[in-house]
Amino acid sequence: MSDFTLSCPIPISDTPQIMLAHGGGGRLMNTLIRKMFISAFDNPLLAAAHDGAVFVSPGGRLAFTTDSYVVRPLFFPGGDIGALAVNGTVNDLAMCGARPIHLSAGFILEEGFSMETLWRVVLSMAQAARRAGIDIVTGDTKVVEHGKGDGIFINTAGLGAIAHDRRIGPASVKSGDVILLSGDLGRHGIAVLAARAELALESSVESDCAPLAAPVQALLDSGAEVHCLRDLTRGGLASAVIEVAETSRIDARLDERSIAVSDPVRSACELLGFDPLYVANEGRFAAWVAARDASRALAALQALPETRAAAIIGTMTGPGNGAVTIRGALGLERAIDMLSGEQLPRIC
Amino acid sequence: MCLSVPGKILNVVDEGPFARHGRVDFGGTVRETNLSLVPEAGLGDWVLVHVGIAISRIEESEAGRVFDFLRQAGVLEK
Amino acid sequence: MKYIDEYRDPQVAREYAAALARVATRPWSIMEVCGGQTHAIVRFGIDQLLPQGITLAHGPGCPVCVTPLEVIDKAHEIARRPGVIFASFGDMLRVPGSRGDLLTAKAQGADVRIVLSPLDAVQLARDNPAREVVFLGVGFETTAPATALAIAAADRGNLRNFFMLVSHVLVPPAMEAILSSPNNTVQGFLAAGHVCAVMGWRDYEPLAKKYGVPIVVTGFEPLDILQGIYMCVKQLEEGRAEVENQYSRAVRREGNLPARELIGEIFRVVPRQWRGIGEIGASGLGLRERYARFDAELRFGVAGVRVEEPAECMSGLILQGVSKPQECPAFATRCTPERPLGATMVSSEGACAAYYRYRRAAAEVSR
Repeated sequence: MSDFTLSCPIPISDTPQIMLAHGGGGRLMNTLIRKMFISAFDNPLLAAAHDGAVFVSPGGRLAFTTDSYVVRPLFFPGGDIGALAVNGTVNDLAMCGARPIHLSAGFILEEGFSMETLWRVVLSMAQAARRAGIDIVTGDTKVVEHGKGDGIFINTAGLGAIAHDRRIGPASVKSGDVILLSGDLGRHGIAVLAARAELALESSVESDCAPLAAPVQALLDSGAEVHCLRDLTRGGLASAVIEVAETSRIDARLDERSIAVSDPVRSACELLGFDPLYVANEGRFAAWVAARDASRALAALQALPETRAAAIIGTMTGPGNGAVTIRGALGLERAIDMLSGEQLPRIC
Repeated sequence: MCLSVPGKILNVVDEGPFARHGRVDFGGTVRETNLSLVPEAGLGDWVLVHVGIAISRIEESEAGRVFDFLRQAGVLEK
Repeated sequence: MKYIDEYRDPQVAREYAAALARVATRPWSIMEVCGGQTHAIVRFGIDQLLPQGITLAHGPGCPVCVTPLEVIDKAHEIARRPGVIFASFGDMLRVPGSRGDLLTAKAQGADVRIVLSPLDAVQLARDNPAREVVFLGVGFETTAPATALAIAAADRGNLRNFFMLVSHVLVPPAMEAILSSPNNTVQGFLAAGHVCAVMGWRDYEPLAKKYGVPIVVTGFEPLDILQGIYMCVKQLEEGRAEVENQYSRAVRREGNLPARELIGEIFRVVPRQWRGIGEIGASGLGLRERYARFDAELRFGVAGVRVEEPAECMSGLILQGVSKPQECPAFATRCTPERPLGATMVSSEGACAAYYRYRRAAAEVSR
């Protein structure tokens, strides 16, 4: 996490903490919006400073998504709540096969929240937005009383344009489809856990938080017949594959030996008793592709530095209840199922 | 029960009875671990750690037994 | 990862499978005591490598599963007291009590925190002098040294705000209860390797002799378990009933002497309720008199609580290896990981949860 405050001095220095008045609609709020949000996000639509952003529709089909971000701690190796808030929504749009265009950002701030921390989050969002090629064109700010909010919550909604007419989703998945995985697993979940001081874990793992629009575009441009895309956030790869299998009512078989997990992630998982298949990722996706296009799709992903480690990890075997099995380290198959909740560190 | 993970001792700090501890590297993840119950284990040794406590030193010379066992038992057919 | 990956070698695993097929001439029933071993068997599909006649029964080696309902209820009660920080291993948080689990207590406002070590709970007490920190001390002998260290640390530090709700259980009495049961069909045991790393294996020698069963101290990686099964089957085929040590890289006959001394200093052997099995005499650990001031039951006045199990749950029979999860009428229907009737469905090591996660497809086919 670089030291933003050195190169980008905080624009609001007379109120070091968020106060209720910053959400009150008056001069203080106006200053906050102008000097922080509009200045950092810096685009004409936002600068118009109106109740909503007005722009010409890109035409064709649109994708629309929303997500809220509550991660703790706010800053972790490889990312922060701001980068997550931008990339998470950008990636949901990419999973629809859309080119992300605009985002909104709603903030719920707790009275007493550090202005400098807010500035770091906002700068991170601006940087992530530039990297993803989108802008944040409208937003909202509310302040709740001290004790009523966990520092900061962020909601982002996103709009994307779909230039093609392919139907990308579980309904398009077919028996025989090949499943591709864009990279190694488990970095985000482990990085966030390791950043929780009370667990006292020293780990080199950094979150894989990143925008996926470019690799998705490369996949679509390759001409491969892409049936479905899924990011692998909460619940990890396993949950995503199970959901797609159950929705499409096609069984799936994965090969654990082709699923890459880095050593630092593996060791943290061993220590906590976690299964990397269920750990959250914020810069990875799975793609369901027609079998005959598997090599072409894989080559398209491997040509980009961020998806160089892409691999084929399984197939959709045939109609069924959406049962998912995985061939493990010893070459033996077992069924995998959804977890009822999040994984908890275990001793047993 | 007994999820115990093997790790290599990186340093040892002795702060009195039951307070001998050190950083242990579990294949890339490091955690401060209590070493007071394995006084025979020191810098560079591998230990099995359960809930933050080293419970046993791993005997390197025994580690290969599982691979030699079948051959020694004369059971492997070539 | 060293001391892990090499014990997951598929080629060597196949060699063990082939050797087992050659050495086994008759059906044999073997029980692995430890939940961690159950987890590995299911995760790596080890039972699929065994010849037809060798069956594995999953034993009560899951402290989460056998922790009595009343301990969960006591934990729930204490957690909700004002000013309490209730610290626990993650495994215990979703075990159902009669008024919900510890996560329910958290949702109701209790300050429930997951710790990776009992020593972390002691640190919480040092860092929060105005609060009372209570740690849920469950586990077999493997965990007892850690909880003993925590009490020793609290004692040395003169901490007045650290308490422990102790519910440790011992393996040999549980094995004896299984062996002495008229329903017992288990012919050989894989003893829990990490329990033995602490305690050694002397306590198993009288059991092997009295009941005529081979007991092999076994580790937790696939090759450890396969070798342990092989050694056990070989003994059965040869009519021997000895204690052998597969896990020689970590276990010695005397175990860990400093650990055993510390356990003896802090704890004494007491009778314990085993969820689903009932009371087994001299099967648990409780705090010695001189450490009674750390006893959460005394501090919070919950010592006398007694609770009945929900009638439908047959986890007791499953823990004893008498029944399999899919034989339970409630399995995967009224009892699921989201709405568990008993601890064997909640614990990641519980036989029912393991079967639910990995075998549900197969179970539905065989109904």
